[in-house]
Amino acid sequence: MATHDSQSETIFPPPLVSGNPTFHSITEAVCSVVEAPPSKGWIASFLVSLMGLGILGISVGWLFWEGTGVWGLNQPVSWGLAIVNFVFWVGIGHAGTLISAILFLFRQKWRTSINRFAEAMTIFAVICALVFPTIHVGRVWLLYWALPIPNQMGMWPNFRSPLLWDVFAVSTYFTVSLLFWFTGLIPDLATLRDRAKNKIAYWGYGLAALGWRGANRHWQNYEKAYLILAGLSAPLVLSVHTIVSFDFAVSVIPGWHTTIFPPYFVAGAIFSGFAMVLTLAIPARKIFKLEDFITVRHIENMNKIILTTGMMVGYAYAMEFFIAWYSASEYESFTFVNRAFGPYAWAYWIMVSCNVITPQLFWSKKIRTSMTWSFVLSIFVNIGMWFERFVITMSLHRDYLPSSWDYYTPTLWDFGCLVGSFGLFFTLFLLFLKFLPSIAMAEVKGVLPQADPHWAGYGHAGDHAHEGQHAHAAADKGGHHG
Amino acid sequence: MAEQRIWGLVAEFENPATLLHAATGLRDAGYKRYEVWSPFPVHGMDGAMGLKRSLVPWIVLGGGLTGMTAALLLQWWTGAVDYPVMIGGKPLFAFEFATPVTFELSVLLSAFGAVFGMIGLNKLPQPFHPLDNVPMFRRVTDDAFFISIEVRDPSFNLLKSRELLESLGGRHVTVVEEGEA
Repeated sequence: MATHDSQSETIFPPPLVSGNPTFHSITEAVCSVVEAPPSKGWIASFLVSLMGLGILGISVGWLFWEGTGVWGLNQPVSWGLAIVNFVFWVGIGHAGTLISAILFLFRQKWRTSINRFAEAMTIFAVICALVFPTIHVGRVWLLYWALPIPNQMGMWPNFRSPLLWDVFAVSTYFTVSLLFWFTGLIPDLATLRDRAKNKIAYWGYGLAALGWRGANRHWQNYEKAYLILAGLSAPLVLSVHTIVSFDFAVSVIPGWHTTIFPPYFVAGAIFSGFAMVLTLAIPARKIFKLEDFITVRHIENMNKIILTTGMMVGYAYAMEFFIAWYSASEYESFTFVNRAFGPYAWAYWIMVSCNVITPQLFWSKKIRTSMTWSFVLSIFVNIGMWFERFVITMSLHRDYLPSSWDYYTPTLWDFGCLVGSFGLFFTLFLLFLKFLPSIAMAEVKGVLPQADPHWAGYGHAGDHAHEGQHAHAAADKGGHHG
Repeated sequence: MAEQRIWGLVAEFENPATLLHAATGLRDAGYKRYEVWSPFPVHGMDGAMGLKRSLVPWIVLGGGLTGMTAALLLQWWTGAVDYPVMIGGKPLFAFEFATPVTFELSVLLSAFGAVFGMIGLNKLPQPFHPLDNVPMFRRVTDDAFFISIEVRDPSFNLLKSRELLESLGGRHVTVVEEGEA
């Protein structure tokens, strides 16, 4: 354990949490955000978000009343902003799972102060994503046809369709993310319960905490369950965007029918997701004074991931062009030339600028450790990745037959749904920031140096240290793998 | 106080190091029904207490296999047996197209196994625990560390157990009553 710690110190010189906190100061810092009355800034942001949610309600209400004709869809562009927004939001969610699961499996302890945050983002993003296929079906009251429920027609869903795989992938992803998030929350909800000043908070947090009291026999099962959930979520997150990409790749549309789609979509999802984490975390750490938890190092690490995945996405763009030419299929070549120089060239170059060019600024340490730069560039990535999905979907507008070519212009109601989905997302996110601990207290306490029973500061009192050394080494192993 | 039955003893410990040391001490003294309480999992505690491996992975395995079997049976039976429909010349059932849904359902039921298995093995939800009668115990979810010994432990002796807890560094050793105060 001691050697392990000194190793991680040489790799990551700065401490995981700055400001030299105690266990109690962490509880105070995180709980005070929840326990204090809402600030003016929070109320103002919440009202703006509620307005956005209202826009979603009106847009969806009108859509249900009138039908999908209120959108700008046409033939051949029968998939418009609904699928663009769906893929955009699902992608946003991926960074949350990556931080919570994959970085956990790689024992990247720096993740502990941002994982709760990122997981919440995942869940809310997936909720926003699920809105779009739901409303896109047109006759929403028949949505249950997508599920294998016995019905009066005696029919079953078509399991050969990637759209149905998507139903299973995204709903599983949502459920597992929710369970993972809730499991992580249990000990922290117990903290809020034990600090509750009024009956509503006591009962509310108490019911949600399930009576957690921190027994070691409970921690043992808990840690095992958490580890397994992380292990399950890691392939799950890769599978979800893979299956989302199958929605396109399994079709026979030029520009979609490619094997590069699954890895390219996954890289893009991680890229956009980390950008969204930054967009949310940079203001939140300032407003809620969480700079000691979400440190410059966290921001810098995420910027490095954005730089890496951004280049992977850029590579995919280049490779798509190459394969289109190399395939010698004139439809493929035309689609890509049309993307870059056709009627939607403006969207293509927004995508390239925001996803490939501007993230290169992160090569500079000054820029990737600057909050203002990181925030601005993260917004660029969000925009760029939205446009990536737009560009892919707009491949439809010039299909095999020139006589059926058309130009798709989103209507007010298309934009209403897009803006409204941000309203839904931020409403949920602000509620989370106000009512739930936005930093995983129990986990952050666990990575403090004084959480280690063999920390030098405790000085191994008496003979116990010597006779116990071997027993503890064995015990440590048991704790990890047992 | 006299008519209340005693549940056990609880003592506070200063930090994870003394907690781990005391847990080892209690195990060496032959105690079985004792529990360590901490705001976060203390590294090496499972070994110090001599706990067996968690059963959660087996429940997860059961969930995963159930999900896999159910998904394959569902796709085969609905598509190839109950209502076969020829679509695009594709086979009525094939493992290739069944893979995504099978994977997702396996993961879903494994995750149910992990979470509900953990909750079940921990006997949660648990609205009341005798330790709730001890005011200082509320800090267990903040920054305090405790060890409790139950009366049911064969080695339990009110005086000797109290002395042992104190000799291991336990402070504020308190007698815990069973019922709701």
